[in-house]
Amino acid sequence: MVYFDNSATTIPYPEVIDTFSTVARSYFANPSSLHPLGKEAEQLLNHARKKVASILAVEAKEIFFTSGGTEGNNLAIKGTARQLQKRGKHIITTSLEHSSTHDAMAELENDGFSITYLTPDMNGQVSAEQIENAITSETILVSMIHVSNELGSKQPVEETGAILRKYPKIVFHVDHVQGITKVPLSIKDASIDLCTISAHKFHGLKGNGVLYVRQGLKLSPLFSGGQQEKGFRPGTENLAGIVSLTKALRMAFDKADDKIASLKDLSTWIEREVSEIDGVVMNSPLNRAPHILNFSILHMKPEVIVQALAERDIYVSTKSACSSKNFEPSRVLSSLGFSETRASSAIRVSLSFDNTKDEAIYFVKTLKDIVSTMKKVVKV
Amino acid sequence: MMNYEHILIRYAELSLKGKNRKFFEQKLQSNIREALKPFPAVKTSKSFGRMFVQLNGEDEEKVSDRLKNVFGIHSFSPAVKVPLEKEAICEGALWAAKDALPEGNRTFKVSVRRTNKDFPIGSQEMNQIVGGHVLRNMNHLSVDLHHPDVHLKVEIRQEAAYITCKVIKASGGLPVGTSGKVMLMLSGGIDSPVAGYLALKRGVTIEAVHFHSPPFTNERAKQKVEDLVKVLTKFGGNMNLHIVPFTDVQTAIHKQVPDNYEMTVMRRFMLRITEKLAEINQAKGIVNGESLGQVASQTLESMYAINEVTSIPVLRPLITMDKLEVIDVARAIGTYDISILPYEDCCTIFLPSESKTKPNHLKAQRYESFLDIEKMVDQTVERMETMKIHEGIDENKGFEKLF
Repeated sequence: MVYFDNSATTIPYPEVIDTFSTVARSYFANPSSLHPLGKEAEQLLNHARKKVASILAVEAKEIFFTSGGTEGNNLAIKGTARQLQKRGKHIITTSLEHSSTHDAMAELENDGFSITYLTPDMNGQVSAEQIENAITSETILVSMIHVSNELGSKQPVEETGAILRKYPKIVFHVDHVQGITKVPLSIKDASIDLCTISAHKFHGLKGNGVLYVRQGLKLSPLFSGGQQEKGFRPGTENLAGIVSLTKALRMAFDKADDKIASLKDLSTWIEREVSEIDGVVMNSPLNRAPHILNFSILHMKPEVIVQALAERDIYVSTKSACSSKNFEPSRVLSSLGFSETRASSAIRVSLSFDNTKDEAIYFVKTLKDIVSTMKKVVKV
Repeated sequence: MMNYEHILIRYAELSLKGKNRKFFEQKLQSNIREALKPFPAVKTSKSFGRMFVQLNGEDEEKVSDRLKNVFGIHSFSPAVKVPLEKEAICEGALWAAKDALPEGNRTFKVSVRRTNKDFPIGSQEMNQIVGGHVLRNMNHLSVDLHHPDVHLKVEIRQEAAYITCKVIKASGGLPVGTSGKVMLMLSGGIDSPVAGYLALKRGVTIEAVHFHSPPFTNERAKQKVEDLVKVLTKFGGNMNLHIVPFTDVQTAIHKQVPDNYEMTVMRRFMLRITEKLAEINQAKGIVNGESLGQVASQTLESMYAINEVTSIPVLRPLITMDKLEVIDVARAIGTYDISILPYEDCCTIFLPSESKTKPNHLKAQRYESFLDIEKMVDQTVERMETMKIHEGIDENKGFEKLF
């Protein structure tokens, strides 16, 4: 199997599944229970929180466990908007965002907020200058994806953070779901207030994520309920998921140290090889995250390519998994000004630290075969 | 890219301590080594009433954070090492000045010492060269020779030049381990950990004592105390925590003593048991978190009636402090968030709605006379559980393999 769809989800590390299973069996108690079993579960929870905090170089009290990226983004955005709506009702974001951000913004728009969607350049990048120009006295939140899940383009998070230091009342949220472990980002140095990550993008399990909330910041919770996660995120803690997330994060960061460079080499090689195929245009910019490569094979239905590759045990995707079921041109690609033909024929290859050169060779060869076979059938 | 090469440590009162000075210095050095254990490359040395921490590539900020918590250090300054060249010294001085003064209107002065007379430029002239270079390259900066915000010091020595600028204030006090040992009565509230911290500041070592009354006080309350001791180990090194099984004593008191004297008698027992523990552990004093008049048990009359049972010194570092002052310290040392967790301790159970604020010690004696005091104390101490608390986040070693 050649699994090149790591931005949709990664293959969980076996050790992570073992941890999940051990914790689910041995530490089943509710961390809020007063008895010793509950105490033990609570200790384990605190331990995990400290570990995650130390890996992300933040404070343990700034770590809030969630169910994943979608919840993290919703909690960050709606939680801030509702908390601060008396101060202002203007929010700045980009048209590159994941659907969980995009649709949360749309919902807030219906509730009377005004949203500025910044348009990226052809490289899939907005500039920090664009953000500063969009700021008004009503602005309460800037929300930005770090690494675009479709294009792999990187947004100027550090520069934006530096600008927003001049506007201490504006909350800065970063969707770091695709970037974590692959594109280094210091939460503290970039002056980030809220940061979303999700376990299953770094070989953890689905249903777990972290929202970093800078100390002192308050969020209006999405759910009503108990005092878990300081009341920001009520509901019995998913301890097995949380501990397995911590393990996955630790393992992925351990690998990242020496694998980021080889990941970039691998995807650059694929980029060069694929570019030679007739009809292929690269959608990802040159300066992109090391693991995501997006290209269009013009006039070929991407679903058919995905299908044909899958028959040969290779797995890639068309666009964001969270919006791949509507067969419309990609919203993100269209916003870059790409033609409908290009925006509706995109293929996304996304790698992990565990992918190999052999897999890449097999993929390129197979893709070339498929394209040339299809050219004979399809009218171009 | 410049980095700090070593940290110069100045110590507080111990330079005054005459004959004991050597002992104090050794203790301080070993405490510093203990505190810097997480940084294996670091080396410490001492000479002429000062200590040096050689960083050997370890992160200056992280090392500094640890040094701030070591009692006996008055202040410290990270130093840059540069080659014996005019340009390198100027660049190093500018870098150190920028690090010490981030922004805004500030003042500074320079003093150059040249012990290496082979260096061709005299110290007066170097003062002007270095000062001029810094002034030209930083905005909103001016010279003030009398009350500068920072003092840029350049030492031109045989092998290199050393530059210090930033002065980081540490906690002061005396090195832990130079003032003998005390037992700390630790309830889990806000006050007692602060009392422990302040006692450590005066150089004592601590063994903590906690009264646990299962099933009336639960595991969480005990855990809370362990967590508090763990915070204190940051300042006082590894520590013993004695968990005293107090249920039987409390139950006996509850049966025998009238409601309004229960608290007084309970406190007298706590003090007796702690005194016994002090004797066993060769401690010469008891520290608690009492503040005059704060609650019924802490009025002067109460203290009189309670303190009567022991002749060992009972130290009360918080005696004159307001609650809010105590809270400020608790927040600063990191015990506040743990202390406010809502678990009952043994002082709050059984207690009647009204306790005597002015108990009479004779009455307390009389009510106690129906109890076999010595036996109760001895039996309690026999069943005591002692744990060693270490710094670090491993509450439970069994967890480690899960991560």
